[in-house]
Amino acid sequence: MAITVDMMKKVPVREQAPKERAANFEEVCLGYNEEEARAESERCLNCKNPMCVEGCPVSINIPAFIAKVKTGDDAEAYRIISESSALPAVCGRVCPQETQCEGKCIRGIRGEAVSIGKLERYVADRAKELNIKPEPVAKNGHKVAVIGAGPSGLTCAGDLARLGYEVTIFEALHKAGGVLVYGIPEFRLPKEKVVAREIENVENLGVKIETDVVVGRSVTIEELMEKEGYEAVFVGSGAGLPRFMGIPGEQALGVFSANEYLTRSNLMHAYREDSRTPIYRAKRAVVVGGGNVAMDAARTALRLGAETHIVYRRSEEELPARKEEVGHAKEEGIIFNLLTNPVEITTDPETGWVNGITCIRMQLGEPDASGRRRPEAIEGSEFHVDCDCVIMALGTSPNPLLHKTTDGMEVNKKGGIIVNEDEMTTKEGVFAGGDAVTGAATVILAMGAGKQAAKSIDAYLSAKN
Amino acid sequence: MFEILEKELIGPKEYKMVVRAPRVAAKALPGQFLIVRADAEGERIPLTVCDDDKEAGTVTIVFQTVGAETYRMSELAVGEAFADVVGPLGNPSDLIDRPIEELQKMKIIFIAGGVGTAPVYHQLKWLHEHGVDADCIQGARNKDLLIMIDEMRAVCGNLYLATDDGSEGFHGNGSQCLAKLYEDGKRYDHCVIIGPMIMMKFTAMQCEKLGLPCVVSMNTVMVDGTGMCGACRLLVGGEVKFACVDGPEFDGSKVDYDQAMLRGRLYKTEEGRLLLKEQEGATHEGGCGVCK
Ligand SMILES: Cc1cc2nc3c(=O)[nH]c(=O)nc-3n(C[C@H](O)[C@H](O)[C@H](O)COP(=O)(O)OP(=O)(O)OC[C@H]3O[C@@H](n4cnc5c(N)ncnc54)[C@H](O)[C@@H]3O)c2cc1C
Ligand SMILES: Cc1cc2nc3c(=O)[nH]c(=O)nc-3n(C[C@H](O)[C@H](O)[C@H](O)COP(=O)(O)OP(=O)(O)OC[C@H]3O[C@@H](n4cnc5c(N)ncnc54)[C@H](O)[C@@H]3O)c2cc1C
Ligand code: SF4
Ligand code: SF4
Ligand code: FES
Repeated sequence: MAITVDMMKKVPVREQAPKERAANFEEVCLGYNEEEARAESERCLNCKNPMCVEGCPVSINIPAFIAKVKTGDDAEAYRIISESSALPAVCGRVCPQETQCEGKCIRGIRGEAVSIGKLERYVADRAKELNIKPEPVAKNGHKVAVIGAGPSGLTCAGDLARLGYEVTIFEALHKAGGVLVYGIPEFRLPKEKVVAREIENVENLGVKIETDVVVGRSVTIEELMEKEGYEAVFVGSGAGLPRFMGIPGEQALGVFSANEYLTRSNLMHAYREDSRTPIYRAKRAVVVGGGNVAMDAARTALRLGAETHIVYRRSEEELPARKEEVGHAKEEGIIFNLLTNPVEITTDPETGWVNGITCIRMQLGEPDASGRRRPEAIEGSEFHVDCDCVIMALGTSPNPLLHKTTDGMEVNKKGGIIVNEDEMTTKEGVFAGGDAVTGAATVILAMGAGKQAAKSIDAYLSAKN
Repeated sequence: MFEILEKELIGPKEYKMVVRAPRVAAKALPGQFLIVRADAEGERIPLTVCDDDKEAGTVTIVFQTVGAETYRMSELAVGEAFADVVGPLGNPSDLIDRPIEELQKMKIIFIAGGVGTAPVYHQLKWLHEHGVDADCIQGARNKDLLIMIDEMRAVCGNLYLATDDGSEGFHGNGSQCLAKLYEDGKRYDHCVIIGPMIMMKFTAMQCEKLGLPCVVSMNTVMVDGTGMCGACRLLVGGEVKFACVDGPEFDGSKVDYDQAMLRGRLYKTEEGRLLLKEQEGATHEGGCGVCK
């Protein structure tokens, strides 16, 4: 049965029903099937001057790959995407498309943008079915070390391997993937089906991944370069250090950083019955923050059985999370308390366990330095919410360990590693990119930085040798 | 990968293992810890490095079976391997940053409680190899729980044994033993206390009374051990610190122990405690410091 396409609207994507999915960890969005993808691809105007490409941080040739979907040549579509992106199955799922590619799509002016992300996801998932694998390349005899197996490190390593470098990734955790494995939940980004496979692709290019190595502790950057023969190093160590608010009661039992909560659930599989890692299954959870991390923590708490509230100090418009996730969270029954800020966490004096959170109402004042209107407390508007769990999702900053243990690698005031236009740090031969440089950002930006660094490392080593 | 080369039961429920972990061994310094996982679905369990052999690429760990995961670890046999060993983590003891001449002039006393003997051993051994012989009080509930006595004796100045029930050495705990030494005219100018939190709390109070500066090693709940999760946070001098990256050693007079002990209970489930009681039978004595 052919699908009738309304040219003003996206072909709707199939999803698990909200009620059902609120009780499981299976992927929420089921993606397009072949027929739906072909139908959606018809909506692309194959623009001469494609604005969508400008919106994509890695400049995927969007009209070209969509044209191949139109003709049914998914393998070629995959090849076109692969020229620019190493993680299409991931980006198709987690990019904030509404502010990037789709935000610029010409179709969006009068109707809905082309569903570029869903098409990208479709192509990447098809490539798996077609079993398309990258070809290994002859080695050029030069060694590069990559620190961190998140999107930036994986991309940089993959690109360097394609150029013939012998690349080893050193990863602190017991599993590669960075935020893709420890932060973003299964119901948004399946670990085996998507993440593990993208990592396998990188390994198929000949990249070695050594887990359980905390660079700065297990080995230093200097030692990698001087003793282990790595001629250049890429630092993609992310921004994993959690922030707390500094309000009374934050040390109480039942108060977690989103990182701890999500790491237990994702990396350690605590959401599964057969996991040996404990996680607190709350009755009523309050999640503080409004970004992707807050949405993920809230939706995890919900799935673990809690009535879940989000407390965010600005209004809906400013919520930094992907639009799709906010929509999904609402459908699933997460309660949003906007223009609200916590002032104190209250504790049961007998057990030391959190028993509530006192919040204050906010209003938006004049725009601040970031251009967003500054939230101000409305005096006397405090109110109390009973809860047995508080999850802090206030953003993260780069871990200072590498900076502290590497002479000559400077960081800025916020802890981000300083790099020049070639992604080289202030230490010769050491490059950096992704969240470690910018602070918490997005998968695609981290990937873009990894790509750029791979080019720069190649140029640097070619000039040197 | 991380093969177990030796395994020995050295107390009622204390195991010592020598494990191949070349990267950890190469860099480990006294005071640091590592994280092990028994198998692919294992929890990440922090343990202090108790000894290292840099040439052989091995580390020694000593652990007590207190819950499900340490039990699982104790089931591993020689020839089998841990899924993961990562480290060394945390900061080395600040003693090793001091000039040797200064250390040689200092009068240092270690106070080890129970399985805390293992981490103390690493520090004493390092000092001994650098020509510094520190004294040590080794305390336990009874004489069966005094582990590694011969090894300890070989690397310290005076070794004072203390048992709560008087079955060996001084009749009383480590903190009381220290008070007795002071009564007898002994004086020290630096103290390192490692053991269960409750023991560190009272011993640090004793030190304060005696005007003796002390350092404690905080064994909080941890997940990643790299500063990423905040599970290990504690209050030191009113400030939030992460035990895994800011510690594990802190000024003993500044730690909020009550808060830390409370947080240590976080994932202690009722079932876990019951299981433990059942498995341990008569030997159950609340090794975790939670149930008495
Ligand atoms: C819960 C959550 C949800 C998110 N949702 C989205 C989303 O929907 N869309 C989106 O675009 N972005 C999202 N992001 C942001 C995105 O995941 C990050 O911007 C991106 O992963 C950054 O990539 P990276 O490679 O720089 O670092 P990371 O992914 O953080 O990877 C860094 C890796 O380096 C390792 N490492 C750190 N220090 C060392 C060391 N000393 N030695 C060895 N290894 C080390 C870490 O263990 C980690 O594996 C989300 C983030 C979180 C936390
Ligand atoms: C830096 C550091 C060094 C340590 N060194 C040693 C050592 O050398 N030898 C040794 O026997 N033990 C040591 N411990 C304590 C050891 O990690 C715990 O005994 C162990 O995690 C208990 O795990 P379990 O699953 O068997 O117990 P369970 O009680 O089932 O544990 C459940 C959860 O609680 C946590 N937990 C329970 N008790 C403790 C505790 N006392 N400390 C920290 N986390 C706990 C565990 O991580 C786990 O997540 C150290 C802890 C830290 C933080
Ligand atoms: S990578 Fe992200 S921004 Fe680029 S086309 Fe794909 S979904 Fe859009
Ligand atoms: S801007 Fe929109 S319509 Fe034009 S090429 Fe890009 S996706 Fe197609
Ligand atoms: S153990 Fe996670 S921050 Fe210390």
